[in-house]
Amino acid sequence: MSMIPYAFRYARAKSLSEAESLLAGTSESKLLAGGQTLIPTMKQRLASPPVLVDISRIKELAFIRVSSDAVVIGAATKHADVASSAEVRRAVPALASLAAHIGDPAVRAMGTIGGSIANNDPAADYPASALGLGATVKTARRSIAADDFFTGMFSTALEDGEIVTEVSFPIPERAGYAKFPNPASRYAMAGVFVAKTKNGVRVAVTGAAPCVFRVPEMEAALAKNFTPDAVAKIAVPADDMNSDIHATAEDRAHLVTEMAKRAVAAALA
Amino acid sequence: MTVNGKSVSADVEDRTLLVYFLREHLRLTGTHIGCDTSQCGACVVHVDGKAVKSCTMFVGQADGAEITTIEGLAKDGNLHPVQQAFHENHGLQCGFCTPGMIMTAIDMIARNGKMDRDTIRRELEGNICRCTGYHNIVSAIEDAANEMSAA
Repeated sequence: MSMIPYAFRYARAKSLSEAESLLAGTSESKLLAGGQTLIPTMKQRLASPPVLVDISRIKELAFIRVSSDAVVIGAATKHADVASSAEVRRAVPALASLAAHIGDPAVRAMGTIGGSIANNDPAADYPASALGLGATVKTARRSIAADDFFTGMFSTALEDGEIVTEVSFPIPERAGYAKFPNPASRYAMAGVFVAKTKNGVRVAVTGAAPCVFRVPEMEAALAKNFTPDAVAKIAVPADDMNSDIHATAEDRAHLVTEMAKRAVAAALA
Repeated sequence: MTVNGKSVSADVEDRTLLVYFLREHLRLTGTHIGCDTSQCGACVVHVDGKAVKSCTMFVGQADGAEITTIEGLAKDGNLHPVQQAFHENHGLQCGFCTPGMIMTAIDMIARNGKMDRDTIRRELEGNICRCTGYHNIVSAIEDAANEMSAA
């Protein structure tokens, strides 16, 4: 017998309003969606919420809607469903491709977009697409621009008990994502999402620093000349990067430039 | 929930992971635990037809679901075509990763049909074989996919 989490109470919510009432009153309760990050963390006893409110079966939270100007994805939509959606692949192929390379197939069969962005793991993929496309995160209470949503390592603008319901991605003229995955976990050691939109170019980096961030110098360069060469000589400061057993801060800074070049190439392909 | 076609129920602690429920309550020990960190894929089972890690799911999440484990594949004494292909291609060495490999293989064949070897390797991203017997595992899945698509 080995890794067993601390005891907790499991409750399955059938609707958004039921989830909100189950969450109310216990500020340490956690939402459980796909559980592909939360459960391993609980097995290691690094998290021990007293109550888990399972929102993965709430039908109103699992959908993909594509209109002429946006791809809207319900919070409980699984990575595999985004990856295989013909509509997403047509509207924003970079987003479908990003979803198709999260973790491994078994993780993609369970993990959800809402869980990924609400957890805001520094190395998660979806935050890069949300920030890179200038998405809007909707909750049961309000709408939050991606620029304001990701506030730091594992932290977001979400308040206690606030539940992400959907993420709305504006459809860009073109976009690309490239990541250098950790060979064991498949988390990004550096991942760059580049989007050319009618409001300008956006470049978002995940995996390299404590929180997903934009690179204004690359955005300005790409606005003038949308080619891999335009970003080839732009480096992010290593001082701001993460350093761990997998890669030094200097390695990650180097990877950001490399992945940016590849992301632009992917956007042009 | 239903496991391998049989309805099962039990009172267990909420923190029980599906894999422990299968192994210790139902004594279905074909599903293995290889890593404790959700990375090795030895514990993969099908939940409502999809391959997932039973070590990364609480039993409550599977309440009401249809589960298939490695024990549920053979029918009337005949191996499932993927099991047969692993047998014929020597797709196992020590055998520890095999149940997860086979459950993952069935899922990828259902989604993709025939696949080239690169696709099979990409689809095996979440399954680790410590014997490093991947070559024959890929051959077994390639054969099984061809045979199941022809049938």
